[in-house]
Amino acid sequence: MDTQTQSKQGGMAISPEIEKLIKEHNMNPDEYSVLLGILKREPTEAEFGVFAAMWSEHCSYKSTRVWLKTLPTTGPQVIMGPGENAGVIDIGDGQAAVFKMESHNHPSYIEPYQGAATGVGGILRDVFTMGARPIANLNALRFGDPSHPKTKSLIAGVVAGIGGYGNCVGVPTVGGETSFHASYNGNNLVNAMTVGLANANRIFTSQATGVGNAVVYVGSKTGRDGIKGATMASGEFNADAESQRPTVQVGDPFTEKLLIEACLELMNTEAVIAIQDMGAAGLTSSAVEMASKGQLGIELDLDKVPLREERMSAYEIMLSESQERMLFVLKPGHEKEAEDIFKKWELDFSIIGKLTDTGRIVCLRNGKKEVDIEVDPLVESSPVYKRPYEPTPAQPELNAADFGLPEGQTLLSVLKTLVGSPELASRRWIWEQYDCHVGTNTAQAAMGGDAGVVRVEGTKKALAMSVDCTPRYCMADPVMGGKQAVAETYRNISAVGAKPLAITDNMNFGNPEKPRIMGQFVGAVEGIKEACIALDYPVVSGNCSLYNETNGQPILPAPAIGGVGLMPDVSKMATIAFKGDGQSIVVIGENKSHIGQSIYLRELFGKEEGVPPPVNLTAERRHGKFVRQLIDESVITACHDVSDGGLLVAIAEMAMAGALGCKLEGPVKDAGFWYGEDQARYVVTTKDPNDLIARAETAGVPYMILGQTGGSAFILDGESLELDWLCELHERWLPDYMGS
Amino acid sequence: MKAAVIVFPGSNCDRDAKRVLEAVTGKPAHMVWHADTDLPDVDLILLPGGFSYGDYLRTGAMAAHSPVMREVVAKAGKGVKVLGICNGFQILCESGLLPGVLLRNVSLKFVCRHVPLRVETNQTIFTSAFEKGQSVSIPVAHGEGNYFADAQTIEKLEGNGQVVFRYLDNPNGSMNDIAGIMNDKGNVLGMMPHPERVAEPLHGCTDGRIVFESLVKALAT
Repeated sequence: MDTQTQSKQGGMAISPEIEKLIKEHNMNPDEYSVLLGILKREPTEAEFGVFAAMWSEHCSYKSTRVWLKTLPTTGPQVIMGPGENAGVIDIGDGQAAVFKMESHNHPSYIEPYQGAATGVGGILRDVFTMGARPIANLNALRFGDPSHPKTKSLIAGVVAGIGGYGNCVGVPTVGGETSFHASYNGNNLVNAMTVGLANANRIFTSQATGVGNAVVYVGSKTGRDGIKGATMASGEFNADAESQRPTVQVGDPFTEKLLIEACLELMNTEAVIAIQDMGAAGLTSSAVEMASKGQLGIELDLDKVPLREERMSAYEIMLSESQERMLFVLKPGHEKEAEDIFKKWELDFSIIGKLTDTGRIVCLRNGKKEVDIEVDPLVESSPVYKRPYEPTPAQPELNAADFGLPEGQTLLSVLKTLVGSPELASRRWIWEQYDCHVGTNTAQAAMGGDAGVVRVEGTKKALAMSVDCTPRYCMADPVMGGKQAVAETYRNISAVGAKPLAITDNMNFGNPEKPRIMGQFVGAVEGIKEACIALDYPVVSGNCSLYNETNGQPILPAPAIGGVGLMPDVSKMATIAFKGDGQSIVVIGENKSHIGQSIYLRELFGKEEGVPPPVNLTAERRHGKFVRQLIDESVITACHDVSDGGLLVAIAEMAMAGALGCKLEGPVKDAGFWYGEDQARYVVTTKDPNDLIARAETAGVPYMILGQTGGSAFILDGESLELDWLCELHERWLPDYMGS
Repeated sequence: MKAAVIVFPGSNCDRDAKRVLEAVTGKPAHMVWHADTDLPDVDLILLPGGFSYGDYLRTGAMAAHSPVMREVVAKAGKGVKVLGICNGFQILCESGLLPGVLLRNVSLKFVCRHVPLRVETNQTIFTSAFEKGQSVSIPVAHGEGNYFADAQTIEKLEGNGQVVFRYLDNPNGSMNDIAGIMNDKGNVLGMMPHPERVAEPLHGCTDGRIVFESLVKALAT
């Protein structure tokens, strides 16, 4: 060791090799001194890797744990909240819905197809590792401005990757959202959500029990793909993102399908004590998680790990993020039974170790002890930071009167611009690459609708699910933006006739070491918390993706929310399409022409200014309950929540979905009324307006009749537009842009 | 009608096929694992949709060599009815039970949407409950559904009335808009659209159920 280059660290010299490891893994010196305190000696390379992975932002939530703990996670419907691989909620009749959302932002920017595909693969595993059969997938995608040279290839790669993986494993993709903004030019976001169905009293966890029990590795062989994936996800991009390509994992949906069937078959027997999927930091996090949850030790013989490449070091085996792998603890005597199942499905099955009572993780490679760390301190004393934060300064309050129709524009000419704009144009080009029907239980795919609805097989119940977030609102006011994201999922689920039950979240933010970015995170958590409490809509799982910045340019903060609700009778499900002529079109909620941060303001005036629309949670709760009642009692024939673009865009979407025109009259003729983005609103159609009005008045819910359905034209205050032309504009933008 | 569904590694519509068969026949369907060599004697063998063997090499290529397929080919030869849906159609072509091949969609992209089809003939056990020339809407979901065969084969298929379903809005570039064909003996049908996905009110359309109702009518024992 070259003494000149030593630097002191807690009284112990640092060798150049360790110095290099510290830099490579984004570990800061204080964290290294804590490591030395635990080990009381210099770590081997493998041990260093284990610490770096477990203490990475991605795995330890060190910058966010303090705040995430404040979120509400309990309720009569919650069987298992955050802390396990996925959240579990009770949906009655001894059944449970299991769901979570996860991000693969960094990998998808480096290698769009594989990055997105493995995002789907990873979130599927988080759900079926709990014993649930995945029944639906959703995704939330945010790309750069369409004018940016990389955007088109990223869209093509990400969509093909999500479809390629999801379609092959046979899980229908039933919903999601896609949006564009220049802040994602160097850093697109790919969030994937899976919902599964399980037997409420056969939920599996990673809690290992029984000293001496066999630890079994199943699934694909281990290779060198994805090494340091977790640490890569916890660092900003710099110019040479291309050089990080080997850190992107490679997915094989065929093996995942076999793994799903084999694991579910095994979990149907009495053989399984604990199960953990190998996700970020692969074998390291799954083995440590199992031991820590069971308050036990674990001993692994890495020579027994099925490998795809030769001469892999302990470091590489422990940190590889090869896909489609699971770790099981089996009850003694069931090893043969389990092996036969995995042999049938032609998957690797290898007993790679056992549980011990040492409370340590010990890994041998070629007979040599490469890892020997006490589990508790490794997990308990992972760093927790209360980083300084600055709240986002308040935006000015805009007055709709200052932003009337631009010169030479009419209300309907503006509508043509908006429905054909990148943010509001049809996403058909994307979702027609996803199989939304496999499983034959899909009642409605939220392609343009409000929520995906999938029947619970063998019953008349259904689960409704929606993913939502409005990043421009969150940028302007993180607290209100966080509230709005939760409220929009609440509305989308209520709009199909389901009772919202719980949410998962995917917190996509920039570098938390910058106070202003940390302030965005703290604000969003506060908003989410308030909305969850007010709506009895707790958080049961989630994921954080930080350091979404390239060359110091942070993204618009995107606290994406994935909501799940229960529909008692799927035959009563509502959809957005106009159903017939001569039906009254009624808006539920207050129309206050809130123009700040609206799509109208951005598309027509090029401005991203103003306070985002205020969220009144009491109104959200009351209007949601009212709309669900209208649907349950078949008072209305169509229902759509009002969100991006405002009232007229919502009505246009209903007309286009039903291929049926309408005749509208507004109380006023200004743009604010039709394009303001006030919250807590729904548009409904009914054959019996008097019944609707009577009910609204007794419920104290504001409403306004706007006109009637019918004909083939979209008519507003006498101005008319052929519906076919509107549909053409709406459908054409994305296929033209993607050049197919 | 007794039916068997073949399950290959990577099939993902096997459970859907089982459900619609049991709904229409009222009897449990036999689920036969691809590695088995003995097939129960059934009236109908169904090859379901999916990505058997992950579509490695070519779609359906490896499944066509599964142990059970020799049995399926033998039974088809003896006149047992065989229905191949999507990946099942690809496997039927790869195993020689049907002519031609399913190439990559011309769009080079996976496509999933409801597609209008015309029932070209109702003189088959698979379509007897349809009207001749009836137009129906059945969803497709595939990346390799572009039917291709040499000119003589196409001529023979058209001449013998072996084209059973034809796209009215071609989603993949198939020659002559072919969506489904049967063999010359009329006991093996392959179709890319998924009839099991429009078989009950929940699906918003039940045109696909008529395929299964036709089979029950013809094979009810």
